[in-house]
Amino acid sequence: MKTRLGDLERAVMDVLWEQTEPMTVREVGRALADRDLAHTTVMTVLDRLAKKGVVRRHRDGRAWRYRPAASRETYISELMLDALGQTGDRDAALAAFVRSMSGQEAEVLRRLLLENHGEHGESDRSRM
Amino acid sequence: MVVAALLTLIAGGCLLAAHHLLRAQWPSRGPHVAVVAWQALGLAWGISTIGALLAFGLAPYGQGILLGLAALAEDAAANGLQLGVLAEGHFAATRVAAIVAAVGLTTVLLWGLAVSFIQVVRTRRRHRALLALVARDHPEIPGARVLDHPAAAAYCLPGVLNPQIVISAGALEVLDRRELAAVLAHEHAHLRQRHDLVLLPFSSLKRAFPKIRLMERCYNAVALLIEMCADDHARRYHSPRELATALVRFGAAGKAAIPLGAMAVVPNENQPEVLARVSRLLNPVKLSRRATAAVLSGSASLMAVTLTLWHLPL
Repeated sequence: MKTRLGDLERAVMDVLWEQTEPMTVREVGRALADRDLAHTTVMTVLDRLAKKGVVRRHRDGRAWRYRPAASRETYISELMLDALGQTGDRDAALAAFVRSMSGQEAEVLRRLLLENHGEHGESDRSRM
Repeated sequence: MVVAALLTLIAGGCLLAAHHLLRAQWPSRGPHVAVVAWQALGLAWGISTIGALLAFGLAPYGQGILLGLAALAEDAAANGLQLGVLAEGHFAATRVAAIVAAVGLTTVLLWGLAVSFIQVVRTRRRHRALLALVARDHPEIPGARVLDHPAAAAYCLPGVLNPQIVISAGALEVLDRRELAAVLAHEHAHLRQRHDLVLLPFSSLKRAFPKIRLMERCYNAVALLIEMCADDHARRYHSPRELATALVRFGAAGKAAIPLGAMAVVPNENQPEVLARVSRLLNPVKLSRRATAAVLSGSASLMAVTLTLWHLPL
């Protein structure tokens, strides 16, 4: 059940992200017609997304209209900044493979690898 | 009073040892052992500092720290806050101040740990929720989620139920298949060995004492050691050279499309972290068995002595 809901949330967000205009529950349901969802299901999913803060809604006549709180790219950037530890609280939340590197550091490393290639390159290959 | 003096010595010794450990070369040869040493130092420092304050404050009861605390409670119950025995001895005001300081320090440390833990849980929850919405699966890398972002990043999101490994499109672009496998093995090691939990006490120390630079340096040192532990794990199944190459590729590609303002926040001890990792991958030297045994038994005796002093009525 949980994965199904997660799956639906994702599908609904994709629909909202594709549209420039805020959408009603009915319109979202229609965009997902191939999934054959009940009106209440779509409403529940939109409600959950609103509670998570990723969807905003406002009244339009008798219906609610929903729109994404931020673009997909914004969220991806937020995740990346989290991961690279640049939001200020990298505290143990995530362990990035490499946090960040200056251009100079990268240059030193490249040289180190090149130099090392001659000495150890062969033996490393043979171990594979 | 003997106990108070000894615990003060231990607390000071821990700080000296921490300074030494920050500069020492051997931790990069045996990161697992070094992490144990850091944990012992941190724990012993806290316990001995609190113990020294308590031992001094409770000395008039002559029963050591643990029984002294019970005696203090009895005293307070019998005489109210006037404290009969304690008030009659020498340095009464200083002793009370020491006890208050000990309680204060204990509170700060535990509070810091709780706050760090809650913050981590919150950050992870939001991260996980967003990830579920924007990350995609990749048919060729099962078990990892992919983020469509041009900068190179690979990281893990620890958790009991649903730990995840995330890799950016930028990283997939610059890594070849074997390098990618090495990176994934590195992240798996973080998840399996729960490195986030190892780091948590140090990040809470850093939070509790934001003005003390030593705390931040210790945190950074442990964070780097944890990366080395994961590197070592990945090296068991993949060539170290592939891991090193992956690190270098990340360095070259990592800066693309990351807001420049944010780049300033780079932890930097005298030796750059990545450089340290790459050079030890290329020229691996293992800590000798004797050194390993020495560090481990040293850590164990440090803990044993500190804890024993809490029980001695001296």
